[in-house]
Amino acid sequence: MSSPSNTTTMPLAAKIGLYAFLIASALFFLAPLIVIVINSVKPMADIRSGSLLSLPSEITFEPWRIAWSSACTGLDCSGIRPGLMNSILITVPSVIISVLAGALNGYALAQWRARFADWLMLLILIGLFVPYQAMLYPTVKMLSGMGIFRSYWGIIFVHVVYGLPYTTLLFRNFYVGVPDEISRAARMEGATFLRTFWSVILPISTNIIVVVAILQFTGIWNDYLLGLIFAGNDNMPMTVQLTNIVNNSRGAAEPNVNMAAALLAAIPTLVVYFISGRYFVRGIATGAVKG
Amino acid sequence: MTHWFKRQMFRPVFTVVAFFAVIAIFFYGSIGWTFIMSLTKSTLIPRYDFVGFDQYVELMDNKRWIVSCINMVVFGLLFIIGSLILGSILAILLDRGIAGEGAFRTIFLYPLAISLIVTGLGWRWLLDPSIGIQAMVRDMGWDNFVFDWLTQPDRAIYTLVIASIWRSAGLVMIIVLAGLRSVDGDLWKAIRMENVPVWRAYVQVIFPGMRPVFASCIVLLMSEVIRGYDLIVAMTNGGPGISTEMPAKFAVDFFFARMNLSLASAASILMLLLSLLMLAPYLYSEFRRRD
Repeated sequence: MSSPSNTTTMPLAAKIGLYAFLIASALFFLAPLIVIVINSVKPMADIRSGSLLSLPSEITFEPWRIAWSSACTGLDCSGIRPGLMNSILITVPSVIISVLAGALNGYALAQWRARFADWLMLLILIGLFVPYQAMLYPTVKMLSGMGIFRSYWGIIFVHVVYGLPYTTLLFRNFYVGVPDEISRAARMEGATFLRTFWSVILPISTNIIVVVAILQFTGIWNDYLLGLIFAGNDNMPMTVQLTNIVNNSRGAAEPNVNMAAALLAAIPTLVVYFISGRYFVRGIATGAVKG
Repeated sequence: MTHWFKRQMFRPVFTVVAFFAVIAIFFYGSIGWTFIMSLTKSTLIPRYDFVGFDQYVELMDNKRWIVSCINMVVFGLLFIIGSLILGSILAILLDRGIAGEGAFRTIFLYPLAISLIVTGLGWRWLLDPSIGIQAMVRDMGWDNFVFDWLTQPDRAIYTLVIASIWRSAGLVMIIVLAGLRSVDGDLWKAIRMENVPVWRAYVQVIFPGMRPVFASCIVLLMSEVIRGYDLIVAMTNGGPGISTEMPAKFAVDFFFARMNLSLASAASILMLLLSLLMLAPYLYSEFRRRD
């Protein structure tokens, strides 16, 4: 512990100030979540008569039920449930495939010590920062050519490919630190590169796999733009359906239903975050550059 | 042929080439295609009648583009400075062996797990004058209280700043905290011996020594600024009027809604150039470090 002065040696006033600031900040960070949670269980009457910050007169799960199964997006009133199913169906295979692709490519890059391997790294690093806008339209055209634009496999393909620089980089940095003897021993016994990767390297990569899987899960689950453009109407992810429900302001807007819908969309990634805090934090610095 | 193929499978180069073909096509091929489109006057569909840099000139005359760029600069500066300050303060305070550090960290970081769509909706509700903070304060008796930035064309941009800082300050905190924890304990001993006030020690000694840490924070935040799309869509949808439009949204709108491919392409290429320009010093130092 190298800290300059810690709470045990601090004067009382400073200590109070420190905790006061931290608690105030915690409130700032928690406020939106608290407001949304409270209002999602509030009857409409309470919302009409008071502000969002007032406590509910009674707790009702009606808004959750409506958000789940009967809120409207345009003419379709089946709630956010189809969006949730679509998000799961898109996210799960996308995460699995992009973890495998990133691991394989990252391992190959780490193994391959050619002169211009460094230049390939540069291409990947730049790829992390390319705004999607500079790729979107040609990608639409190419996917149309492949016959998968606005389809289930189309959106998965886009998530995997657009995620490649990032998954590759994370795995490559991990595999550079793995002793070469492991791969060499496998090769001596006649295992191919792919064989070595599958039965020797992958099993020792659990940590990095978890880190990448969590970040890809968060990123893909939370994606809006790619889903909107590439998924097609039958596969719209939850984020897109949520905005449709909220912006569908025919008749009286129902903030409590909207908030219940927003929570439903946020719960899966929040659960993953709370369960996997350490891994989430580990990948976060690299993860944040994506999207 | 099969023999050749089998031999290649022993080598990582095969995998690397396959993956880089995909990256080359979908990243760099798309960028090239977008650039070519930006030199034409394509509107609804790509047509390759070249007009040089006319679209770029056109952009400079486009009021919405100019407003978007100014907004991005204002938003970007405030967001980056705000996140750096709040994140650093939180990191400094958490670096004092306080009780409940883990809980505070969890609270400051959880917004990163939530999608920008839900973030935007949450803050939109909180800042909505008719139901949010303004309504609450009025309920408590201050009838004339006004906090209607969300609906004021010259203020709405600041609501985006608030929401973005809320989401990203935790990222800065965690990166800076890691940096602080790796500061040499002897340095603190020396500082204490010299009797320098703690705040001066941070400003004049500790933080200047952590320049690379802040550099990577800034790179991450800048790339978020340039690509900012989801938050705007969920929170203000560019309004009131065009007061919170930004380049990423400009490009998407002109690609997919307004069907002006060449103008959208030019806008995207400018976004890309800006990203690379911001990134250049960082990439340069990364490469220098490796050699």
